[in-house]
Amino acid sequence: MSLRIVVCVKYVPDATGDRHFAEDLTVDRDDVDGLLSELDEYAVEQALQIKEANDDAEITVLTVGPEDANDAIRKALSMGADKGVHVEDDDLHGTDAVGTSLVLAKAIEKTGYDLVVCGMASTDGTMGVLPAMLAERLGVPQVTLLSEVSVEDGTVKGRRDGDVATEQLEASLPAVVSVTDQSGEARYPSFKGIMAAKKKPVESLELDDLDIDADEVGLEGAWTKVEDATERPARTAGTIVKDEGEGAKQLAEFLAGQKFI
Amino acid sequence: MAEVLVYVDHVDGAVRKPTLELLTLARRIGDPVAVSLGNGAADTAAALAEHGAVKVLTADAPEFADYLVAPKVDALQAAYEAVSPAAVLLPSSAEGKEIGARLAVRIGSGIITDAVDLEAGDEGPVATQSVFAASYTTKSRVSKGTPVITVKPNSAAPEAAPAAGTVEALAVTVADASKGTKVVARTPRESTGRPDLTEAAIVVSGGRGVNGAENFPVIEALADSLGAAVGASRAAVDAGWYPHTNQVGQTGKSVSPQLYIAAGISGAIQHRAGMQTSKTIVAINKDEEAPIFDLVDYGVVGDLFDVVPALTDEVKARKG
Ligand SMILES: Cc1cc2nc3c(=O)[nH]c(=O)nc-3n(C[C@H](O)[C@H](O)[C@@H](O)COP(=O)(O)OP(=O)(O)OC[C@H]3O[C@@H](n4cnc5c(N)ncnc54)[C@H](O)[C@@H]3O)c2cc1C
Ligand SMILES: Cc1cc2nc3c(=O)[nH]c(=O)nc-3n(C[C@H](O)[C@H](O)[C@H](O)COP(=O)(O)OP(=O)(O)OC[C@H]3O[C@@H](n4cnc5c(N)ncnc54)[C@H](O)[C@@H]3O)c2cc1C
Repeated sequence: MSLRIVVCVKYVPDATGDRHFAEDLTVDRDDVDGLLSELDEYAVEQALQIKEANDDAEITVLTVGPEDANDAIRKALSMGADKGVHVEDDDLHGTDAVGTSLVLAKAIEKTGYDLVVCGMASTDGTMGVLPAMLAERLGVPQVTLLSEVSVEDGTVKGRRDGDVATEQLEASLPAVVSVTDQSGEARYPSFKGIMAAKKKPVESLELDDLDIDADEVGLEGAWTKVEDATERPARTAGTIVKDEGEGAKQLAEFLAGQKFI
Repeated sequence: MAEVLVYVDHVDGAVRKPTLELLTLARRIGDPVAVSLGNGAADTAAALAEHGAVKVLTADAPEFADYLVAPKVDALQAAYEAVSPAAVLLPSSAEGKEIGARLAVRIGSGIITDAVDLEAGDEGPVATQSVFAASYTTKSRVSKGTPVITVKPNSAAPEAAPAAGTVEALAVTVADASKGTKVVARTPRESTGRPDLTEAAIVVSGGRGVNGAENFPVIEALADSLGAAVGASRAAVDAGWYPHTNQVGQTGKSVSPQLYIAAGISGAIQHRAGMQTSKTIVAINKDEEAPIFDLVDYGVVGDLFDVVPALTDEVKARKG
């Protein structure tokens, strides 16, 4: 039985860089280098492991993003994914979560799928809502925030470590899965993998190909509006003392002054 | 006045503090109508009424426990249709965000997550968010549909405001399509007796500098002397020294206590993303160049194994 896996990966500004907003209050992408969201590497890794455990599986990586987002696809291909789909359209600039879920869902349906694998959250928007939105739109089970996942005979099983309990979950395919950074370290691309990735096919899609009207996405079509973004003022320099035997006493003094003790 | 739906987070009828904060914020934009689901749903009514709920809609069905998330979305949608609210508020827990996300898609609305403040605006509620690891503060609103907004814990002080809190049973039909993800086993988390990490007024966290599971009691002792919750960096969690549920940061819990004490933590951007909105920040680290010192109100450059136990003794002595 064939198993078609689609992994959703996001191209994000490097979190260790100085991230800024552009004048239209969208993310300034010219300012900082972009990369494959580190949390989506875990999704790629789990997809690869599922493929290794299942005969006749194929992994497509899907991204919605600007031209450079192709880098994120290449990285996933060099890790071992089989092919890519890149939805790129000028009208997508400024699309919010609800809009992104619409584009991803249509692209997933067009590609064909048995299993969708996502990261737990992007490292820029960090909303952690896309996987649930995709399950809702596709009308399939959501098996999300898994720290352990496996697929066998058309069933996906996983462990979700929640606030109040740990749950063992199970659903029939097709389904949408998201995995946490507890699911297992992502592999590094090998030299062979990097060379092979160059020859793997990447399909480019525009909004027209997905029957989406421009006014359903983009900044104008967004369901949410950012009205103001201000850089947080730098914290005023705190007091720093060197412990020469009195450190704990001095700190206790400070905490008492602040009424914590 | 317009009604505002508030999704209730409770454990067997005991309402968790973030929900009381939600009710407080909800009163700024309308009359709170609480939606309480699952085992013990009706037992939440008194606490909710005391904090301003004019009505409490309750429902319990085995499906809420037997399947993941989707049945609760069906219930919240039923409440939405019964009330036609001006906004829907949920706690920014993993489950709150997923329920909110699916509801937003169903009702054709925008969603804002992780709000840290909420106020009424001319064109609907305006939410404040702290983004890019808290380096920016944004103000946003939902421009299409009924605003769905999830709010982070510790965003407002819960205020008592007694209201009617009339309990009404909510009629819910769980769709077959919502029974896709079976919960085949559930192991409740053991209580440590310490305050909940996201709700605690004080958090004491340990990192790689703690150097072993056997040393975490040093951190716990300080936490207990202050009545604090215990946190950990991902390095400490990945090494297996402390449970993942205690991880603070981007992929762990996001905390916003009155006081955050970081011991043996360098202050990587992903850790800062989860604690930078703390009111007062204290660090103990032997490396004076550690980036965490850029954030602190008070820092001690020193060995945590000297400073932390001595501080614990000081706290105990002062508290008598
Ligand atoms: C600072 C900031 C604040 C924002 N605030 C809001 C807001 O309040 N409301 C709102 O509606 N939008 C907001 N957005 C926009 C929103 O983040 C993105 O439009 C959207 O991609 C969805 O959210 P996310 O990136 O947080 O994804 P998450 O839901 O965190 O992502 C989870 C997973 O979904 C998949 N995924 C997400 N995006 C893509 C993509 N483009 N291509 C492929 N796979 C993807 C990945 O597998 C990812 O791991 C904000 C963006 C930023 C940068
Ligand atoms: C996608 C992604 C998500 C992540 N999410 C998180 C997250 O949620 N939370 C998180 O914390 N990290 C997260 N990380 C990891 C993060 O980048 C750092 O690796 C991590 O925070 C480092 O933990 P640490 O500060 O304990 O360790 P280190 O950076 O190794 O720092 C240890 C510190 O302890 C000090 N020290 C050592 N011995 C002593 C002593 N005896 N006394 C006093 N000080 C001492 C050292 O000087 C040093 O500053 C994430 C990373 C990625 C890529």
